[in-house]
Amino acid sequence: MREKIIYIFAAAAAVLLVRNLYVILLVLPDEAQQGPIYRIMFFHIPSAITCFIGFLAAGISSAIYLATKNPRNDAIAVASTEVSLAFATVVLATGSIWARIIWGIWWTWDARLTSMLVCWLLYASYLMLRRAIDEPTQRAKFSAVLSIFAFSDVIIVWKSIEWWRTQHPGPVLSIRTGGGQMNPAMEAAIYWNLLALILFGLVLVLVRLRQEEMRREIDGMRQMAHAI
Amino acid sequence: MVEARNLMYMFYGFLAVWVILVAYVVSLAARERNLKKELMRVRSLIDERERAR
Repeated sequence: MREKIIYIFAAAAAVLLVRNLYVILLVLPDEAQQGPIYRIMFFHIPSAITCFIGFLAAGISSAIYLATKNPRNDAIAVASTEVSLAFATVVLATGSIWARIIWGIWWTWDARLTSMLVCWLLYASYLMLRRAIDEPTQRAKFSAVLSIFAFSDVIIVWKSIEWWRTQHPGPVLSIRTGGGQMNPAMEAAIYWNLLALILFGLVLVLVRLRQEEMRREIDGMRQMAHAI
Repeated sequence: MVEARNLMYMFYGFLAVWVILVAYVVSLAARERNLKKELMRVRSLIDERERAR
């Protein structure tokens, strides 16, 4: 059943990505002030939202793990975190390339950029922590605590453009501004690509989750082999 | 000139997206392959030990 879901979601994500690339590159016009470089935001913004959703899922799963001690929740947390970190890398890379043209610099230590970098480092350290601890229960407990703590930075990243005056542009999506900040066709393209990336992210999480289950099965069989 | 640079950086941006995501997918596939190999190895080890008992 899970295999079927993976294939269906992957096919849907692929079709949507092809359709979205066509719209982004060939249908939508250049932005008046930024020129073609603005098209990066069609991946930058959806990747950011996708990674935040993944980190939220990891935080919730970690909290459930701490309450129930069910190893499946730990597996969901690590799968979501790893996939979200890949999308967070996309956010930092695309943002930096966009900034090089629009601001003339690759990087600046403003609140949004810095908090996003801290977010990336926190979740990278989550994965490093997991590698450092061999005992599964202890590993799951410590990493769950770190995941919940790290999510507080996601909230700071999300709100930073409202709390501080940043060089990073303010909110543009109508769900945050109430509308009027962006051409509706451009905003629709962002939502379509968000859907595509969420589906793609879900596929990756399901594959990663299957690997965690396989690893657990291997550990169990190793213990059995030692007992024989 | 400025327009060409703008377009080139847009291309770099799209390239970065695909390189990062494809690299992650490749790493996932490699890990899956290794896990399957490991699973087979442990299974055959158990079979061997059970036969030896």
